[in-house]
Amino acid sequence: MKRPLLGRAIVQAGLFLALLLAVPYVLPNDYYLSICILGCLSAIIAVGLNLLMGYAGQISLGHAAFYGIGAYVTAICTTRLGLPIPVGMAAGVGLSMVVAWVMAEPILKLKGHYLAMATLGFGIIVAIVFNEAVDVTGGPSGFVGIPRLSLGGFAFDSDRSYYNLVAVVLSLVVLASLNLMRSRTGRALRALHVSEKAAASLGIDIAAHKRFVFVLSAGLAGLAGVLYAHYLSFVAPASFGFGFSVQLVVMVVLGGMANVWGSVVGALFLTALPEALREFEDIDILVYGAILVLTIMYLPDGLTGGLGRLFRKLRRVGKGAAR
Amino acid sequence: MLAGAPQYLVSGLTQGAAYGLIGLGFTMIFNTTGIINFAQGEFVMLGGMLSVAFLGLGLPLPVAVLAACLATAVVGALMERLTIRPLAGAPAINAVIITIGVSILLRGGAMLAFGKDTVALPAFSGVKPILALGAAIQPQSLWVLAVTLALLAALKLYFSATIQGKAMLACACQKKAASLVGISVARMALLSFGISGLIGAAAGAILAPITMTAYDVGMMLGLKGFAACILGGLGSPFGAAAGGLVLGVLEAFGAGYVSSGYKDAFAFIVLLLLLFVKPSGLFGKAGVDRV
Repeated sequence: MKRPLLGRAIVQAGLFLALLLAVPYVLPNDYYLSICILGCLSAIIAVGLNLLMGYAGQISLGHAAFYGIGAYVTAICTTRLGLPIPVGMAAGVGLSMVVAWVMAEPILKLKGHYLAMATLGFGIIVAIVFNEAVDVTGGPSGFVGIPRLSLGGFAFDSDRSYYNLVAVVLSLVVLASLNLMRSRTGRALRALHVSEKAAASLGIDIAAHKRFVFVLSAGLAGLAGVLYAHYLSFVAPASFGFGFSVQLVVMVVLGGMANVWGSVVGALFLTALPEALREFEDIDILVYGAILVLTIMYLPDGLTGGLGRLFRKLRRVGKGAAR
Repeated sequence: MLAGAPQYLVSGLTQGAAYGLIGLGFTMIFNTTGIINFAQGEFVMLGGMLSVAFLGLGLPLPVAVLAACLATAVVGALMERLTIRPLAGAPAINAVIITIGVSILLRGGAMLAFGKDTVALPAFSGVKPILALGAAIQPQSLWVLAVTLALLAALKLYFSATIQGKAMLACACQKKAASLVGISVARMALLSFGISGLIGAAAGAILAPITMTAYDVGMMLGLKGFAACILGGLGSPFGAAAGGLVLGVLEAFGAGYVSSGYKDAFAFIVLLLLLFVKPSGLFGKAGVDRV
């Protein structure tokens, strides 16, 4: 089958990458660069979560767990076990996918609030294990001494080089997601979101598709996790708890469901917002909550949906003025 | 081996009754609006923190607790009026995100108003333990159980004997049909948020003398309450109360016999296993899907 949109996706992702790579040139200092790196990592997870939530309609309140599994597995492999970094990274991503594969069968049978509760419970259990298995994970005080990333003899030891790497990875993830959603699989996922029974009656294997997208989104979270571990060279359980799982869901909804770009915008926005609110000191959390509530109230289809409407309105007004 | 069992049972039932009350709050709102209210834990926190604050203003303890519950009910009603009602027609996930936003606001507000310290509320009737069946029972435990039972009975009466309660049940059953027979669904939603605030705050106030309280205790308590009503079967008030008790007892025994660090994990593992075997909770009815 001809796929005329593939070319457009490549152009879009390419422009996005160029934009990302240009960002460091306008930043005043390296502190902001580290926030950009964390924003891109969140965006990788959010794009994956959106495939699961926005397109296939399966909520997960435990995605921070897969992020944490990726980070801890590569940390343990590259320090305690003395394995090379690429092996550790592959193991991190691989294990988060294996865990998701095993969980998929029983968990994705559940629907709605029961699914939300089950994924939430899973996330909390994993977070508690990070905290309590002190011999393996270092416990609440964290895991130190993870090597900085070097691949094929090139050391990504500066924030600038690491940012470039993360930007490339995010662009590739966006490109792949754009294409996936335009493929037969993507259409099947959207169909099962609308009605599982109707989709099944069309011959779509519901269980297999749900499992596929769950494992894929867990793998992306694991990928962000391994990149996070080798960037900070330190991980602690606090980064992978329920709070971050919720924040990921908020990123997806705030950005705009079933919209790959929406998740990117939502992730970058929610990562940057607390930094922007720093100067408000103690009331920053109030302002943060208020912005969250007001945005959802007045932009029910998310930031990208709201921007789209604004754009169309402006165009209509512009046309009216021209006439 | 069974040495600590009576003691674990008592502390489990106490904690579990509070989880049940919190779960009851979730159920009230879920039944009329179909929303899982992530700010429910913050209602619980407000119950404890406001009681302490009112007590600090010189009010006698019972008045302070009552005032805290009423104030939280007002907070709940305001939340519905200002943030949930304008959202009518939007997808449920948006409403859930709003409740997350409100929970952040309430937590932040409490931090500014009451500070970051952990505070305690005095026990309602002394701290001299009662020895029975090999367990030392804090008088406050009896308060928790009594208040939970009283609130359950009051709700039961409200739903079965008052027009308003029946109207609320009708909304829970079929919103459109309820509005066709002249029930104001919006007012019922407002009421359910108010009652939910009241119940949550009561749970917070009776628990505060046992576990202390702080501006950030809401999240974990809210999660346990949510777990309780899922365990019991979402939508059933008595399921939520029973789910809470089961959860509390499991937790206490897990902490006692296995490891206190894994206490919370224990409850959630059992919950997951139950959901895998019976996806509609202990007392939930299996739903029928429409295509």
